[in-house]
Amino acid sequence: MAERSFAKEVKDLKIGAGEVFHGEGILAVTKALLQSGVSYVGGYQGAPISHLMDVLADAEEILGELKVHFEASASEAAAAAMLAASVNYPLRGAVTWKSTVGTNVASDALASVTSSGVIGGCLVIVGEDYGEGSSIMQERTHAFAMKSQMWLLDPRPNLESITEMVERGFELSEASNTPVMLELRIRACHVYGSFVAKDNVTPAFTLRDAMENPQRDYSRVVLPPSNFVHEVEKIEDRWPAAIRFIQEQKLNEFMGGEHGDIGIIVQGGLYNAMVRALELLGLADSFGNTELPIYCLNVAYPLIESEVVDFCRRKSAVLMIEEGQPEYLEQAVNSILKNAGVDARVVGKGVFPKAGEYTGQVLQKGVAAFLDEFAPGLERKPANGASRLNDTDTKAVAATVPARPAGFCTGCPERPVFSAMKLVQKDIGKFHVSCDIGCHLFSILPPFDIGNTTMGYGLGWAGASALQAESDQRTVSIMGDGGFWHNGLTSGVGNAVFNKNDNVLVIIDNGYSAATGGQHLLSSRAANKTKSTNNRIARAVKGLGVDWVEEVNTYDIGRMKKVMTDAMKTKKKGPKVIVAQSECMLNRQRREKPLRRKAIKDGVRVVRERFGVDEDTCTGDHACIRLSGCPSLTLKDNPDPLRDDPVAHVNNECVGCGVCGGNAHAAVLCPSFYRADLVYNPNRWDKASTRIRGAVIGFLQRLRNRRRARYAFE
Amino acid sequence: MSQERSFKIAIQALGGQGGGVLSGWIVKLGERAGFIAQSTSVPGVAQRTGATVYYVELYPKRLAEERQQAPVLALMPVPGDVDIVLASEIMEAGRAIDRGFVTAKTTLIASSHRVYAIGEKIGMGDARISSGSIHAAAEKAAGKFLIADMEACADATNSIISSVLFGALAGSDALPMARDEFEAVIRDQGRAVESNLAGFAAGFEAVRYGRTEVSQPTEEQQAAGPAPAVRPLIERLHGQFPEATHAMAFEGLKRVVDHQDPRYGSLYLDRLQSVLALDRGGTDYRLTTTVAKHLALWMAYDDVIRVADLKTRSTRFRRFRRDVLAAPDQIVHVSEYMHPRIEELCDMLPPRVARWILDSSTTRKVLGVFFGKGRRLPTTKLRGFVPLYIIASLRFLRRSSYKYQQETARIENWLDLVREAAGYDQAFATEIAALQRLIKGYGDTHARGLANFSAITAVLDVLRRQDNPAEATRDLHDAALADENGVALRAALSRLTGKEEGSADAEAVA
Repeated sequence: MAERSFAKEVKDLKIGAGEVFHGEGILAVTKALLQSGVSYVGGYQGAPISHLMDVLADAEEILGELKVHFEASASEAAAAAMLAASVNYPLRGAVTWKSTVGTNVASDALASVTSSGVIGGCLVIVGEDYGEGSSIMQERTHAFAMKSQMWLLDPRPNLESITEMVERGFELSEASNTPVMLELRIRACHVYGSFVAKDNVTPAFTLRDAMENPQRDYSRVVLPPSNFVHEVEKIEDRWPAAIRFIQEQKLNEFMGGEHGDIGIIVQGGLYNAMVRALELLGLADSFGNTELPIYCLNVAYPLIESEVVDFCRRKSAVLMIEEGQPEYLEQAVNSILKNAGVDARVVGKGVFPKAGEYTGQVLQKGVAAFLDEFAPGLERKPANGASRLNDTDTKAVAATVPARPAGFCTGCPERPVFSAMKLVQKDIGKFHVSCDIGCHLFSILPPFDIGNTTMGYGLGWAGASALQAESDQRTVSIMGDGGFWHNGLTSGVGNAVFNKNDNVLVIIDNGYSAATGGQHLLSSRAANKTKSTNNRIARAVKGLGVDWVEEVNTYDIGRMKKVMTDAMKTKKKGPKVIVAQSECMLNRQRREKPLRRKAIKDGVRVVRERFGVDEDTCTGDHACIRLSGCPSLTLKDNPDPLRDDPVAHVNNECVGCGVCGGNAHAAVLCPSFYRADLVYNPNRWDKASTRIRGAVIGFLQRLRNRRRARYAFE
Repeated sequence: MSQERSFKIAIQALGGQGGGVLSGWIVKLGERAGFIAQSTSVPGVAQRTGATVYYVELYPKRLAEERQQAPVLALMPVPGDVDIVLASEIMEAGRAIDRGFVTAKTTLIASSHRVYAIGEKIGMGDARISSGSIHAAAEKAAGKFLIADMEACADATNSIISSVLFGALAGSDALPMARDEFEAVIRDQGRAVESNLAGFAAGFEAVRYGRTEVSQPTEEQQAAGPAPAVRPLIERLHGQFPEATHAMAFEGLKRVVDHQDPRYGSLYLDRLQSVLALDRGGTDYRLTTTVAKHLALWMAYDDVIRVADLKTRSTRFRRFRRDVLAAPDQIVHVSEYMHPRIEELCDMLPPRVARWILDSSTTRKVLGVFFGKGRRLPTTKLRGFVPLYIIASLRFLRRSSYKYQQETARIENWLDLVREAAGYDQAFATEIAALQRLIKGYGDTHARGLANFSAITAVLDVLRRQDNPAEATRDLHDAALADENGVALRAALSRLTGKEEGSADAEAVA
């Protein structure tokens, strides 16, 4: 199933009240969902929340016991639409995705469900993919909360707070008839820690109850005149109810002491980093005890005006620690204070960078700058551990360390697609390449340097739809199988058929939603007990009306090159689709390696293939690497005393995919590549034939060695 | 167990190296020893071979219990506040230093081996970056710096680099836990325990006792001394060439004799001597030494005879077994990826026949049927070995072949250029000699190299008029290796000739 198995973690989901749960943040959230009596969970995988989906996919049994319906949604829009179940019924539901990209996709349904309002608690768990490790455009989910008037939770990043906020989130949602978002930053999703568990709860009102007793309330449908009523409801009923709940339940925290006339307002998610900054400045201990007054916003939206005013009254300056831009909170706090006639200066982006992640270092600098100006008398520790390196040293290090962009894994079946494309471009000239989201996007990096834009998941072909004119060169678009099923089938293929597009689409069909952790999809080859797989992409494409469809094995570089060239050059008009097929190597190895190990151990004859480079014939030009970029195809010192350039070298990570050999053939490279077949547990024929060959070859080699000895130098 | 202080540990690693396993072990180690442990990572795309950081904080449980409060642990390392940095590769140690994680309080444990970045690998020459400045900076920046080739340790013990690093962490004494507590974590986990413990032990000993040497099997050399057939050549080399050139010329001589025969070796020495005669000897006869190297490479050009010979040698059979880590008695079949073209066939034919074939489109088409596609030749089986063996024995045809004629002409032409320049600028001549480096590989690669070489030698007259002809030549040499499509070289050439024309215009105006 997915890249990582959660067999062990699933057991942890069952633990009861008083037991301690150890694990990752996102798994703790999953446990908290079950403790909250959730009836249904949906979502779309993607870092950093993939593990929530993966663990639930592995937890069928326990979900069955609790009568929870889990769905791997087709897209974030489909997941958000699931929340419709809570509009008419007292069902608690949770959905999850990577944000802001997933929230973009989900927005239509999210806005609708928020307009309708809910009676069952709804929690939207978003992995805020922002800062180091992020793979998407840098935006804030905060804006979505504001525009739809959904509430946004941003808990302190420890497992106790996070799980507590999950449970509170459902209550808040029900108290205010509004879906609630819970945002978790990348590291919080993956933080390993512990919390004291509670018993799981089976919902009193079940999905079956709902299906057998359908309820209908005309006023909950988003259509005039109800839609206008909804807007008023949001302002007059739901907002005040939310404020009341947040205040009464003390979801935001007032911490620290009463020192002086300054204070700090911090987003919950940044609390730990802020405490560390204060600790390093000598202003807090390891437990976060500090003399400085802290107002911690576990609810980032809406702001509680009275709390803000009370906190800031009689202070000369307040530091607003708010990551990302625009600085919605800082603006809102300013506006609240102005209206309330409170004079405190709000200092936020004045001392912090306007954009980018607030790392420990950034926070330390910003807090120090704030204190320098507004509390110069405050006693502080000297700066922590200054480097012993001088400027020259630091510069030398910075100049030396090479960039290490992410890339295709060893043996990745997507690599040869781009090797072939590079060779095709050599033959017929450069063409415009519209990329998509997925591992295949690594094509934009060296050594391929292929790809112009990426517009979003599944939008590869739509991203090239304007480039449709009489032309001597067609465009090529890329789409992964993940993006294809997510929406590319309609936004790309349907769109191209309908508009009589004449360009080329390459669909990478590797059997998994590989970039998000190897989840199954409609076209996966593997059998899956709970899902329908083996729905061929080519059939879907033909069904939509594409006539020119070719399925090609990605490792057959020669054929791939030929098919691509045909697609680019054929006189036939209309959309052309190449389905490039081979299983994701990461998942294949995960499946096959243990089987092979076992077979070898059991004495079964096994042949393992791998590749090598002959250092004698390699001249050190590295054309092979420029066509591949495989991590296992690397360099080593040239053993030849006459040559200086390093030779290519295949290291022991090689999985024998054959791309380097295929490239050597397709691009007519040097004769240095060889494939080695290592035989384990040879049979009698293996042994006999090897003995005979060995005798003949050995004899001939000895003859040749004798000749060489006549000319020996030492 | 009661612990006194907290520890902040950063693991700077590459995606796929098992940094997650290592941080998991450290967490378990800490929890067993009375710490509250927290770890974080930044998965996602970085885990697909990019550089990434794992971060672990250990806080004494006792202190938290005394205060009845939970410690607030950070989710990312702060510069100047990291106790231990584990780097799975030397450049990653550099990245940790660059990020400010390594200060006087830090124990830096790094593997000295290199995992080359893609930018280093795709260079057409040698684009590898030296890690020298990282070593120096690590020595200076870290409170304690421990380094060993952990990849070699992992290979030698058939384990993974994570277990070696875990062993090194134990051996560093940076944490208060004893060796057996570390090992218990590996045992408890119950996966690949034996090899992980072996890797652990290797890492422990590498940093504790500096035992990092991994014995490399060396080829047995039959030091029978020079054979009678080559003795006169060696005597001539020693008698007629200055000592500074001996090492390189000896290797060169060996190569060309191996390529053909002693007579070819004698031609090599003749050609080299014609350069030596013009070498004024400055800087250790660099001109002659450079020619000795590149002349040998050129004279021992790659043709099918040579490739077939190299592929069938007994030394090569031993080497590929070693390269693929075959067990002592394991059966290994090897097949070569070859793509012989009509050009390679013609190279071996008499010049007139070769030219006839190459010029006749009909013959090309007919032969193209046999030479149009790549082949996999099973060298370890007789049907692959015997043909290669026979081709390798065709040395006697070489001197009358089309390729020999072509290469001889090219070599002589090149030597003329070197000798001419040697008359007035030894450094310039040396750089011209070094241009041979551009000609390498087979097929397109060879054609591209030769074209670049010709493009540069075509402007020698312009280069000669530069302030520093040697440096200008080296610039073009570097430009030729900058990219595959010749963009940099074209730009450099047009700059050079443009400048030349510009100044010519200026002269005309004056």
